[in-house]
Amino acid sequence: METPISKDKSTHTNSFSHPSGGLGGAVATRNACKLCAPLGASVAFKGIRGCVPIIHGGQGCATYIRRYLISHYKEPVDIASSNFTEESTIFGGGANCLAAIENVISQYQPEVIGMATTCLSETIGDDVKFYIRNYKDLSDRETLPHFISASTPSYQGSHIDGFHEAVASAVKSIAEGGEKGEHLNIFPGFVSPEDIRQIKTILEDFTIPSILLPDYSETLDNPIWESYHRIPEGGTPIESVKKCGSARASIELGTILNKGSLSGRVKNNALATTAAEYLQESFGVENHRMPLPLGVNNCDHFFETLSQISGKSIPMKYTKERGRLIDSYVDGHKYVFGKRAVVYGEEDLVVALSSFLNEIGIEVALAASGGESGRLEDEIRKYCPENTPEITVQNGYDYEMIHEWCIENKPDILIGNSKAYYIARELDIPIVRCGFPIHDRIGGQRIKHVGYTGTQELFDQIINELIGYKQDHSEVGYKYM
Amino acid sequence: MNDILKERQNQVVTKGKDDAAIACGKASVAGSVSQRACVFCGSRVVLYPIADALHLIHGPVGCAAYTWDIRGSLSSGPQLHRLSFTTDLKEKEVVFGGEPKLYQALISLIDNYKPKAAFVYATCIVGVIGDDVEAVCRRVTREKGIDVLAIMSEGFNGTKKDGYKLACGALSKLIGTDQTSIVPEHSINILGDFNLAGELWMLAEYYRRMGVNMVACMTGDGRIDDVRKAHKAKLNVVQCSGSMTYLAKDIEDKYGIPFMKVSYFGIEDMSDALYEVARFFKSDEMIQKARELVREELSKLLPELQKYRAQLEGKKAAIYVGGAFKAISLVKALRLLGMKTVVVGSQTGNQDDYNLLKELCDEGTIIVDDSNPNELSEFVKQTGANLFIGGVKERPIAFKLGLGFCDHNHERKEALAGYEGMLNFAKEVHASVCSPVWKFMK
Ligand code: SF4
Ligand code: SF4
Repeated sequence: METPISKDKSTHTNSFSHPSGGLGGAVATRNACKLCAPLGASVAFKGIRGCVPIIHGGQGCATYIRRYLISHYKEPVDIASSNFTEESTIFGGGANCLAAIENVISQYQPEVIGMATTCLSETIGDDVKFYIRNYKDLSDRETLPHFISASTPSYQGSHIDGFHEAVASAVKSIAEGGEKGEHLNIFPGFVSPEDIRQIKTILEDFTIPSILLPDYSETLDNPIWESYHRIPEGGTPIESVKKCGSARASIELGTILNKGSLSGRVKNNALATTAAEYLQESFGVENHRMPLPLGVNNCDHFFETLSQISGKSIPMKYTKERGRLIDSYVDGHKYVFGKRAVVYGEEDLVVALSSFLNEIGIEVALAASGGESGRLEDEIRKYCPENTPEITVQNGYDYEMIHEWCIENKPDILIGNSKAYYIARELDIPIVRCGFPIHDRIGGQRIKHVGYTGTQELFDQIINELIGYKQDHSEVGYKYM
Repeated sequence: MNDILKERQNQVVTKGKDDAAIACGKASVAGSVSQRACVFCGSRVVLYPIADALHLIHGPVGCAAYTWDIRGSLSSGPQLHRLSFTTDLKEKEVVFGGEPKLYQALISLIDNYKPKAAFVYATCIVGVIGDDVEAVCRRVTREKGIDVLAIMSEGFNGTKKDGYKLACGALSKLIGTDQTSIVPEHSINILGDFNLAGELWMLAEYYRRMGVNMVACMTGDGRIDDVRKAHKAKLNVVQCSGSMTYLAKDIEDKYGIPFMKVSYFGIEDMSDALYEVARFFKSDEMIQKARELVREELSKLLPELQKYRAQLEGKKAAIYVGGAFKAISLVKALRLLGMKTVVVGSQTGNQDDYNLLKELCDEGTIIVDDSNPNELSEFVKQTGANLFIGGVKERPIAFKLGLGFCDHNHERKEALAGYEGMLNFAKEVHASVCSPVWKFMK
C-alpha cells in the first residue's frame, strides 16, 4: 500500500464540491463560529477570587470546555461537573448538584462556587438556585462559600451570552449599595488576560481606584508554581464585587454584549440585563458603555471618559503612546490602504477591530460572527464611518460560510481567532490571529488588543503580515520595504 | 493521602503496599474534576476517522464545536470528517422538537457533500426533548439511498466506553453489506487504529512487506466501502483494548472471524504484533519475512535509541492516559529507555488491565483509575517524577510544576507507533526531560 501522506498545502481541501450559496449551511451549522454558554460563564467565574466553577450537566460538557480553554490559555483550568446520569435526567439533577457542591468544597475549600447550567439541566427544568438553598440548609459546615449561579443553556445564546450572564449574576447576587465611593467599576468583557493587565495599569497610572470584574489576568495566566495550587491566585475578591453597588460609575466595554440574542428567550428574558445596567437601575451607578478601546478613536473615547469621570488629566505616558501609534499609522499607511479584510469572531471584538481597520484605511469586506444579536450591522455602521457601504455584515455566520464567501470574494487578509486558519491556508491568504481561541500558536492569553499599545501591536502585526506576504510572493524577494 | 475524595480511595493502589484490587469502571464522582468525557465523546472518537462519511451532531452547538477537527486522524483522500456539522438546536426546537431541522439538515448536507453514508450523533437533550432520531434516519436512508445511522449517544447515558459500544454497533450494521468484493488469501482488518500522524500507513506497510493484505481499518483513514467488506478478512487485529474489542467480538460471533489483541507501541509489542499475525496464517515464509523486517528495523533503530538511553537512564515517569492498554505499552517502552514508571493510571482501565500493570511495575508504583488534577499533581510530587505522559488536559499540570511532558493523545502530530514511532517517542521524551529550561524551575 502506498503511504499517501500528502504534505502539500491543500490537505484540507476536501474532494467534495463546495456548495456555494451555502444551502447546507442554511439548516445545519458547519464549523460553528461560536461556542456554548457555560464556556463563557466558566471564564468569567475564573476571574473571581477563590472561585471554582461547576457545570451542572453531563460530564462531557465540562471536560470539553476545560480542554478547549486549556488549549488556549495553556494553564490548568479546573471546572467540576455535576455529572448527570440517566437517573438525574429522569428524576432531576438535585442529588448530583448537592454531591458536586459537597465534593468541590471538600477538595478545594473555595471562597466562591460558580454554577453554570447546561442545555440538559435547563431542558429538564432543574432549579439550581433551589438546590443551592437546599444545600445550605442541609450542610453542617461552619463556613460556606458564596454561591453564584448563571443560567446558561446554549440553545439560548453563545459563550458570550454565558460570559455576560455570569458577570451579571455575580453582581446581582453579591453587590450591595451604600455611600458612594471614589472607585470605578470596569466590566472589560471577554478580553485576554493581557488586556486585563493593561486596563489595570491604565487605571493605576490614572490613580483611579477601580474594581475590574472579572479579573482572570492571573488565574488564567499564572507564573510557574512551587507547588500545585488547587485554586490559582488572583481574581476579583468578593468584597470588591460587594462594593460595585457603591461605585462612582461603571465603564462597560462592548456595545452588543448579551443584548440582542437573549431578547428572544422564551423562558427568561430578564436575563438580558448586563451587570452595569443592573447597577445603574438598582443603585444609580452611572454606566458608560463604549466599544473595546482598540484603535485610536475607541481608545480616545475610553481615555477621555476616564479623565472626565475622575477629573484627572490623561497621563503623559498615554499621550506619548498615542503619538507613537499615529506616527506608525503614517509610516505604514500605504501598505494597508485599500486592502480588503475579513474580520470574524465575537461580536464586540469584531466591532472594535472593524472600527480600527476602518481608521487605517483597510476596507472591512466581511464582518462576521456566530453570535446572533442581530445588532452587529448597526454597530458596525456606527463605528465604521469611512467604508460602511462596502461592508458585508453577517450575524449567525459559521466558518464554512466565511470560507465560501472568501472563495468568491478573495479578501487580502483574515483577522480573528485561529479557527479560520484552514481557510487562510487553502486560499493562501495571510491571517492575523487575535481574540479567542488561539489553539495553534503559543501566547493567545498574552495577545494585547486594548489601549494604544495593544492597537500598536496589532497594527504592526497586520502590516508586517501584509508586507511579508508580498515579499514571500515576490519574484526576487527584497531587503527594504 | 488524605487529599483523595473518600469515594475514590479504593481507586488508587500502591504496589507493594496495598493488596486489595483496584476499583474501576465506576461512574465519576459528581464534583470531581474528572478527565473523562461522555458517551458521545466515545462514539465520536471511534467513528470520526471515517473520512467519506457525513458526521452530523444533533444537539445544541457546543458538543460539535468542541469536537471540530480535534484529532490528528489523517485521511489519504476525502476530508469530510474534518468538518463539524451540527443542527445547532435553538430554544424553538427544544420546545417544539428538533426532527424537522434534523431532517432538513441531513437532506441539504447529503445533497451538497455527497457522502457515502451518514452518522447522526444524538447528544444529551435530544432524548429529553423526545426526537425520534432513528425514524428520521430511516426516512432519509429511504429518500437518499445511503445509509444514515443514528448513534444514540446522549452524554449522560453511561461512560465513554458505552459510546465506543454504540459506535461499534453502527459499524457492525455496515459490515457484511458488500457481498461481491473479493479479497486476497492473507487478509486482515486492523481495529482500533485511528491513523494519528499516519501511523496506520506505517503499520499497513509492515504487514504488506510480510505479504498480509489489509481489508479495512476501523477506523483510521476509514472508508465506508472498506467497512462493508470487512467480514471478508480472516483475522481481526485489535489495538487499544478500550474501544474496539466489542466490534471484534461481534464479528467473531457473526462471521466466525477470530481476533487478537496487539499493541503497536514499543519494540517488543510491535514485533509481537507482526509475529502473531504470521503465526496465525501458519506460513513459514511469512514468519521469515517478519523476522527479516524486525531485524532490519531494529538494526536501524537500536543504535539511535542508545544515544537517548544514555541520558535518560534512571529518570522517573508518571503516566496518565485514556486506555490502560496504552499505559502498559508505555511502561515497557520507558523501560527500554532506562526509565522507571512511578505513577500509572488510566481513565477507562478494567481489572485485568490493572492487574497486568501491577505485575509489570516496580514496587512503590502508584496505580490509579479515573484520576483528577489534584491527585495527579500530588502523586507526581510524592514520587519525584521527571516526566509526565498524558493528554492535553494533563499538560498544564505538569508544566506548572516544572515537569517534562509528553503528549500521548489523539491530536499528536508525531507518529509513536511502530519502529519509527519508538524513535520519535525517544526523541520526545529526551526533549521533554533534558531541556535546559527546567533549571529555572528551582
Ligand atoms: S449540551 Fe449545551 S452546554 Fe453541553 S456542550 Fe453541548 S451545547 Fe454546551
Ligand atoms: S455530556 Fe451531553 S451535552 Fe455534554 S458534551 Fe456530552 S453529549 Fe454533549
